[in-house]
Amino acid sequence: MTGNSQFGYYVQLALRSFKRNKVLTALMVVAIALGIGAAMTTLTVFYVLSGDPLPGRSEHLFHPRMDPRPMAGYTPGDEPHEDMTRFDAEALLREKRGDRQALMSGGDVAIEPRRDGLPPFRQISRYTSTDFFAMFGVPFQYGGPWPGEDDARRARVAVIGAALNEKLFGGGNSVGKSLWIDKSEFRVVGVIRDWNPQPKFYDLSDRNGFGERELLFLPFSTSRDLNMSSQGNFDCWAESNLDAEGSRGINAPCAWVIYWVELGTPEKVAAYRQYLQNYVAQQRSAGRFERPTAPVLEDVMQWLDFKRVVPADVRLQTWLAFGFLLVCLLNTVGLLLAKFLRRSSEIGVRRALGASRRAIFAQCLVEAGTVGLAGGLLGLLLAQVGLWAVRQQPVSYAALARLDPTMLLVTFLLAVVASVLAGLLPAWRACQVTPAIQLKSQ
Amino acid sequence: MDIRPILSTLRRHKTAAALIVFEVALTCAIICNAVFLIESRIARMQRPSGMVENELIRFSIGGINEKGDADSLTKSDLAVLRSLPGVKAATVTNQVRYGQSSWNTGLELKRDQPVPTTNATTYLGDDQFLKTMGLKLVAGRDFNADELLSYRKIREPGSDYPVSSAIITRSLAEMLFPGQDPIGKVFYGWGDAPTHVVGVVEHLLRPNELFGPASADYSVIFPIQVDYNSGIYLIRTDPARRQEVLKSAAEALSKNGPLRIVDVDNDTLENMSDKFHQTDRSMVWLLASVCIALLIVTALGIVGLASFWVQQRTKQIGVRRALGATRGQILRYFQTENFLLTSIGIGLGMALAFAINLALMRYYELPRLPGFYLPLGALCLWLLGQLAVYGPARRAAMVPPALATRSA
Repeated sequence: MTGNSQFGYYVQLALRSFKRNKVLTALMVVAIALGIGAAMTTLTVFYVLSGDPLPGRSEHLFHPRMDPRPMAGYTPGDEPHEDMTRFDAEALLREKRGDRQALMSGGDVAIEPRRDGLPPFRQISRYTSTDFFAMFGVPFQYGGPWPGEDDARRARVAVIGAALNEKLFGGGNSVGKSLWIDKSEFRVVGVIRDWNPQPKFYDLSDRNGFGERELLFLPFSTSRDLNMSSQGNFDCWAESNLDAEGSRGINAPCAWVIYWVELGTPEKVAAYRQYLQNYVAQQRSAGRFERPTAPVLEDVMQWLDFKRVVPADVRLQTWLAFGFLLVCLLNTVGLLLAKFLRRSSEIGVRRALGASRRAIFAQCLVEAGTVGLAGGLLGLLLAQVGLWAVRQQPVSYAALARLDPTMLLVTFLLAVVASVLAGLLPAWRACQVTPAIQLKSQ
Repeated sequence: MDIRPILSTLRRHKTAAALIVFEVALTCAIICNAVFLIESRIARMQRPSGMVENELIRFSIGGINEKGDADSLTKSDLAVLRSLPGVKAATVTNQVRYGQSSWNTGLELKRDQPVPTTNATTYLGDDQFLKTMGLKLVAGRDFNADELLSYRKIREPGSDYPVSSAIITRSLAEMLFPGQDPIGKVFYGWGDAPTHVVGVVEHLLRPNELFGPASADYSVIFPIQVDYNSGIYLIRTDPARRQEVLKSAAEALSKNGPLRIVDVDNDTLENMSDKFHQTDRSMVWLLASVCIALLIVTALGIVGLASFWVQQRTKQIGVRRALGATRGQILRYFQTENFLLTSIGIGLGMALAFAINLALMRYYELPRLPGFYLPLGALCLWLLGQLAVYGPARRAAMVPPALATRSA
């Protein structure tokens, strides 16, 4: 018999044996399906949460961290601060050592539509500088980002999201139209398409990066000029009521500004690291920095890893599901063993008729694989149910819990490979059956 | 009952025996830890927050870049709220448990201490704060109206208002001043001036658990009144009238003063608590489902393998019956065999359970598995094994002795 038809013959044998042992086969398939369903549900959630928010760009985006805090409260091994002081962020921005760079902070402003009797409402916003949009590849529908000079001039310009454009101006090209923010008049310079990187890696302070997206972008300098309220992490280590801006002032001993830089090549990354070290050394000799902590430069994935964006619960659930899958597979090994050895007499006859040990082994593996495939199909159904249950929960990442083509493939591969592995031991035991003993006592 | 024949039989069926042992061991290890996790999550969800959660409403209203005196508008707002029908008390504060905001600071016992003694959350409240939240005072007193400071005033450039009194939670008092009477003691938590403890409340949980479970109840209340822009209103009312008060408060405050924006997230504290605990609830459900599924799968595995053994050894059973063994002895033989295997499995499983617990303690900050899980887990799995093996064992006992005499 040739290879292909031999495989087909084994599949036939497998299916026939399923019909003869319906209950046993059903038990095996259900056990595998439960294990695969649980494992794939949790693995998909884990995969979705640990994915790359900006594939293709994330390797070139870096988050520098330094430690401007005083020695009081310092323990050796402390990590540098996650945010920067306004002084440091503005200094780095001025010196422009990266390909592109932006500083930013979260914001919360009041918008007055001033038309159609629409009531005023609060809007989550981002105060940032012009490079933000190009660096992160934010897609524009109309217009574009404000030019660099607008940052320096503290211009009253704004970039709005498509949903806000719809709400205020009914959609359409609203570039040039007026917007009343915190009672000041702003001019729309750009409208961006729906853009929602998951997680919001550039600012993880709201629900660890799975919070609401911003629909309004204003120049950071303008927000300081108008003393707009900001959102996000805020850490002060000394009295900050030195001037009218208080803790948001340029010299305030507070870390709250976020800084990101784009560096295109490894050489540029190395050069920027050196620049950071020089900057920190400079600040130390000027007396602003006291701690000996070295600055850190991490790319997006390293930053997400450092911040442990995947909740501990999700990790635990994934481990639990795979532990469950392991028990289901042990179960399958036992049941396959029982199934194969029950047919010892049949195997004996086949061996006596000339089948080699390898043929029996192969046939048993094919049977195990077929059980795995059936279990995988049912398990896929169960995983879809599981993911539906996850989507019903009011967790921030609920909407993302879906099986994509990669995960579908992984489901089947996992099911088939796991069952074939589970079938190795029983198959080996089956092919050890000596024909003579089986033929003797019937 | 002599176990030597059982052992020698098992030696000939090493593979299947090992499978049962490992399956029982894994199930035992996973279930012990899962049940422990369930218990700790339920405990966390039921932890008393100190507030009368079923009577409270969080109400936030924000101005549109108001330049006027926010403090006097806040006072006027509070007067309006307190006069609304159904409202028992109202206060303004900077944060509330289950909310998005969390203010924290390091506390020191000596001035210019290099490393803070601990970290605690800071609630800013007026003299109605304790009454509105329903906090239970266990020592000292509540704030007096003349102790209150204005948040705006003390943050003005160049101002120097010492915050000289505070109310702390009992667990924080135990941490800062162990074994002593905390009333009158001094700590440093706001600026350079010392703060005296004037009262102790039983519980007041922090807004979230970002600083770890041990310090979850470390809270300081300062007698500082924030304005409506920097803070939120908390309204205490009858549980049945909460939705009514939410509406009436929105109407009344919208009319009180210039045009302002009522927050869309205003809600009862009970709803906020439900959302906050959603992940814990889901985890408990998931763990419970997996435990039940594990028990079912293991039971079915035992049933499958035991049936297989009965079938393989039919002739031997027939011989034993022919030689005089009773049905009961055959039944007990299989039950003892299962008991033996389950016991070995449980032994392994316990060791594995502790190993898993050590890993969970290290990577997920869980506490140590208490010792009483061992006998409980053992009992559970013994029962499961005996239940599962009963069916096949009875079938074995039904094998007629005549089978021995047939050549088969």
